[in-house]
Amino acid sequence: MFKLIESDASQQRCICEIFVDGKPSRAMVGEPLAAALLKANCVPMRHTPVNGAPRAPFCMMGVCFECLVEVDGTPNVQACATPVREGMHVRLIHGARSIGQFGEAGQ
Amino acid sequence: MSTFDVVVIGAGPGGINAALTAADRGLRTALIDEQLSLGGQIYRNVDAVDDGIQSILGPDYLRGRTLTARLHLSTVTCILGASVWQISDDLEIAYLQAGASRTLSARHLILATGAMERPSPMPGWTLPGVMNAGAAQIIMKTAAAIPSGDVVLVGDGPLLLLVGKQLLDAGASVKGLIQTSPISQALKVIRHLPKALLAPGYLIKGVSLLAHLRTGGVPFFRTAEAVSILGTDRVGAVSFIHKGKRIELRADTVLLHHGVIPNVQITRMLRLEHRWDVDQQAWKPRCDGHGRSSNPSITICGDGAGIAGALAAEASGAIAGLDACFALGKLAEREREEQARRPAREHRRHLRIRPFLDTLYRPPDWLGTPPDETIVCRCEEVTAGQIREMARLGCTGPNQTKFFSRSGMGPCQGRMCGLTVSSILAAENGASIEETGYYRIRPPLKPIPLLALSQARMAPSAGTAHDAHPTEDRIHE
Repeated sequence: MFKLIESDASQQRCICEIFVDGKPSRAMVGEPLAAALLKANCVPMRHTPVNGAPRAPFCMMGVCFECLVEVDGTPNVQACATPVREGMHVRLIHGARSIGQFGEAGQ
Repeated sequence: MSTFDVVVIGAGPGGINAALTAADRGLRTALIDEQLSLGGQIYRNVDAVDDGIQSILGPDYLRGRTLTARLHLSTVTCILGASVWQISDDLEIAYLQAGASRTLSARHLILATGAMERPSPMPGWTLPGVMNAGAAQIIMKTAAAIPSGDVVLVGDGPLLLLVGKQLLDAGASVKGLIQTSPISQALKVIRHLPKALLAPGYLIKGVSLLAHLRTGGVPFFRTAEAVSILGTDRVGAVSFIHKGKRIELRADTVLLHHGVIPNVQITRMLRLEHRWDVDQQAWKPRCDGHGRSSNPSITICGDGAGIAGALAAEASGAIAGLDACFALGKLAEREREEQARRPAREHRRHLRIRPFLDTLYRPPDWLGTPPDETIVCRCEEVTAGQIREMARLGCTGPNQTKFFSRSGMGPCQGRMCGLTVSSILAAENGASIEETGYYRIRPPLKPIPLLALSQARMAPSAGTAHDAHPTEDRIHE
């Protein structure tokens, strides 16, 4: 849904690999995870727990909570406020969690 | 637990300058922000922005570096990546940082928590591909990226025009500007023009933004109404009425913007007094000329005290920093007045443009009373029709509708629906916004993991001894 601006800009930042639902994806170290996911066209980024409606990042500044994803086993993380790190494991959240269901890493 | 003379929450232009002002006068000062980098939203990522897009974002953005550079050389303790979730009556501040809750305490608190974009509820606004215009700008600043398909802008105001220009310059395909400002406002604005001409540079910038969009070939649709966004799993088109005809524009990304409003979440949680600003169509905390709130230990600066823009925020930060010095006995009242004279003059200069902008870009009345099918509370998926139904059943205020429908109880805690729910209730009940009121905001200000909460130690009352987290909080140096 988003693309890199055509300039030398991209060359300044380290490209790294993150995993989205287990699949490798390229991202820039330090960019907001939500932006990386938009560039990787992960849209819809989640489905709501109430009605399963499709959603994607809306405010990019921590206000709307539309970009909630699971990061390295922690659910409901604001992807817009989470900088990309090498090797991050991201899972997109679809609908409400069922009882007894935890993040992959467990708690 | 660390104790500071002054704790400033929010590291945008207001907060940075407030912290610098207090620290320069010898106060032990901490600056706390939920982002990992300084600058707030207006100067977001300004220290690390990619060279390639600096010219697109322009000198007004890069100005932020003059503030961050001064901060790096100062004695201010910066606590970044720290999300404040609770503040006790005796100014003990609990924040979540790297998954753990920590606390620090302040003798005086400065709030510089800034603005957020006014919610633009309309049918389809929850579809993926619809975002706030400011969000697209944040992605330019932090990720050097632009929407890859057709972009349609909806709303009005300086930020929308600026984002439109920046997107054009960055190579985005901008297919239309759907302006929602009512025509009646254009006539009312004339009387504010003389004062606006005295404000530094704003009008010229505005005119050149409009000209830039026109020469860039962006079609304008003035005084559009009944806007709705169409699509199933993501945006497909925007539909609206223009000059009596319904028009549909294809779109992959729709950027909404109806001005910015103070983010009152923290000031509401602190039970500070607020008033409804008719001109800005927003709530703001009640402050005196120095930014002192209804709580004598709390001063407010920047857009969080009323929308005035980045340069005004910088000036009001200096005024707030001086007020904190006075509150703590570091400056006599006369010294505070003398030293505040210059920033106060600067602040007034920038305020001169506001009556013009607030009038010209007043959000259309229909924005506050969306059609029944519109989702108002995005988190709990409560529609405008459901709010109206609750009004008919006797709900007079948003805390009642919250109780019955969970509207305002999702993760965003009413940030995205507070204004709309109050305005729908006011319209249905024939009451004013003041009578209708606002959500009662409670801690935690942001959701925190149970694990962090279980390990947090908050003072139940003033004077309780703790030894929580003796670690040094200084993060950036």
